[in-house]
Amino acid sequence: MEQGPAGGSGSAAAASAAGTGGLLLPLSETEQQRYSELFSRCCPPPEAAAGGSSVGELFRASQLPPDTLHQITEVCGAKRVGYFGPAQFYIALKLIAAAQSGFPVRIESIKNELPLPRFMALKNDTEVRYGTPAEFHGVKFQVPHATLEKNSYKRTDEGDKQEPKSPPMSPICSPPASPSTYQRIPLSYAYGKARSGLEQQHGAPYEVKHSTHQQDGPSSGNYGAKSALTCSTPSRSLSVEREQQDSSTQYSDDPWRITEEQRDYYINQFRSLQPDLNAFISGSVAKNFFTKSKLPIPELSHIWELSDVDCDGALTLPEFCTAFHLVVARKNGYQLPETLPETLLPEYLQAACLKPVRDCVLFDSYSEPLPSAQQARDFGRAEKSSAEEVPDNSALIQDGKKDDKQALKVSTTLKTIPKEFQHLTVKAAAQEPNALRARPRSRSYSSTSIEDAMKKGEEPPTPPPRPQKSHSRASSLDLNKIFQQNTQAVRSGWLPPPPPALPPRPSQTEQPSEVELHPQMNRPPSQAEENSSAKKEVVLAQPPSKPTRRKLRTEAQGLETPELSPNINVTSSLPAVKSHLPVQKQSSKQKRAIQTAIRKNKEANAVLARLNSELQQQLKEVHKERIALETQLEQLRPVTVL
Amino acid sequence: MAVCIAVIAKENYPLYIRSVPTENELKFHYTVHTSLDVVDEKISAMGKALVDQRELYLGLLYPTEDYKVYGYVTNSKVKFVMVVDSSNTALRDNEIRSMFRKLHNSYTDIMCNPFYNPGDRIQSRAFDTMVNSMMMQVC
Repeated sequence: MEQGPAGGSGSAAAASAAGTGGLLLPLSETEQQRYSELFSRCCPPPEAAAGGSSVGELFRASQLPPDTLHQITEVCGAKRVGYFGPAQFYIALKLIAAAQSGFPVRIESIKNELPLPRFMALKNDTEVRYGTPAEFHGVKFQVPHATLEKNSYKRTDEGDKQEPKSPPMSPICSPPASPSTYQRIPLSYAYGKARSGLEQQHGAPYEVKHSTHQQDGPSSGNYGAKSALTCSTPSRSLSVEREQQDSSTQYSDDPWRITEEQRDYYINQFRSLQPDLNAFISGSVAKNFFTKSKLPIPELSHIWELSDVDCDGALTLPEFCTAFHLVVARKNGYQLPETLPETLLPEYLQAACLKPVRDCVLFDSYSEPLPSAQQARDFGRAEKSSAEEVPDNSALIQDGKKDDKQALKVSTTLKTIPKEFQHLTVKAAAQEPNALRARPRSRSYSSTSIEDAMKKGEEPPTPPPRPQKSHSRASSLDLNKIFQQNTQAVRSGWLPPPPPALPPRPSQTEQPSEVELHPQMNRPPSQAEENSSAKKEVVLAQPPSKPTRRKLRTEAQGLETPELSPNINVTSSLPAVKSHLPVQKQSSKQKRAIQTAIRKNKEANAVLARLNSELQQQLKEVHKERIALETQLEQLRPVTVL
Repeated sequence: MAVCIAVIAKENYPLYIRSVPTENELKFHYTVHTSLDVVDEKISAMGKALVDQRELYLGLLYPTEDYKVYGYVTNSKVKFVMVVDSSNTALRDNEIRSMFRKLHNSYTDIMCNPFYNPGDRIQSRAFDTMVNSMMMQVC
């Protein structure tokens, strides 16, 4: 019963037998031929399994109810194995044939002789479009714009895959402006089908208007209706569309003309990426967006080249519409033109954009592409100067690319305000002041670190005696100082400095301590450093990064931990004494807070001291090893010389 | 005008190389490759000064009996090398400079394309058109 292997299809039949666990699936010659043809359509040669989307499309085209299709998928084993291999595919086709003949979906039913499964969609896509509701096999329908885009692109992929089917579909070589293009009905037909994919995404109202656009293809059928028809059904669809031809008026002959619905769609897409219709979409955002269309990168690159007429690495609304339209056209099988067609020029689109006034008041400001671009740039520059920090990735990449670029073009790309960056700008706005303020602080700290280090080296032994003297005074006085510094800090609005700046600061506390020993030293510079150290005091009240600061001090000075806090108190007490702050009552709460902070710091210091000692030991061991190796080397050397 | 035009990346591999088709193209590839040494020499000679002060146009790299080789380097160390037929004596320095400027502008336009990754081969049709316009018209 089993067919002898006749090429790949035969072996596939055998495989199908194996796939179903010993079920012998009889396939007649015609069935084999048909199945292999369908399979090759759904599954490009290099792959071993058919793409789920194309298979789903095919199944839907069989016009079986979705439940049946699900059942078929289960029965044929695709659900089990997770993909549509040849075996599963063939079984599924057989089951579809069975279901169409009225048999239940069972393995047993396909053992009989069955007619070929009928797939209406392959012959007549429009019927499918108008007939079956928009339900995607495994693809969610109510999705945000981005995914909608993806879905539509998937559908158009399938549309493209169906192209190789009918022989008269020759690839378009001539530029689209030539009338000969319009005579390729199957392609424009597929274009219509693909457009239907787009329209189905947007619901019924779109559908009605959309059919007018299919006039582009089918109307050209008037010229050469006979040319590419292999089956009668396309003519049926054409007649359906010819009836609606009345509604189409202006855009009947130019696939490179953007219709109203298309423009609306593009504008919506633009809005989803960039709410301000006057501003740009940056290159990276656009890249991600158009990459979803699954066109090959060289083609996308060429589309970009064509549509970005001012070559600034960003897309204005007309440029975006152009690019989108080119993508859509390409997906529908039109070859990309070498140069931009007239109807897709941004100036043309600008003028066209002015027509639909609607709710977009901004459109009225579109007088010329360049002035509007200028406006947009200024607008962008004024509003989101902080946003320049935010799109780090894009900015960095573009910076690398634009080493050679003139300044104007660089600035414009950075000024684009992609939508997804907007929520980031809020965060960035919050973080930016911190970063900005912290940065100069860190710089100032680091700049003084060298002198601090030097001074540190000069007078290491001085710290220990100091704390015991002034510790008693410090508790009240340093709090006053802290209070003073608190207000100062609040006024200056400084936030905790970032960790990298921490190491120099302890050395600065040391410096004021040295000042104490040498009271004749200048007060102002020490005050400045004490201010910074007192700021550290302020910062002490906020726990997180403090312990790391103390680390350097302990390592450098080898101070005992209890001496640290007195040291700090000393440094702050010195100016406190001199400033004669009368307010001591308010300091009690701060005192407690500071004491807890001090305790925490002490603990952290202890931990770090232990860590330090461990590391020192490791270092010693490594040194020993090194010495051992060196001696070995020395010993070996005379040997080699000999 | 030019017989061969090449765009060399910072790491000294070719991003784009186009020669007049009738000639032995390998010879031009070899010429461009050897000229890279001269380019590096010129860059390092000016290297002491700041990059800003370094001029992008390097001028005549070296002449041979058949042709002359001109060089141009951008701020990102991308090099443009142009091989010009020696018999074409009418070609002045200014013209060479303008040709390099056009090349540079086209190159930056390519860079603006977000689908172009720096370091890829240049496959832009606009760039091809521009280069073709600069190549010698060999019948």
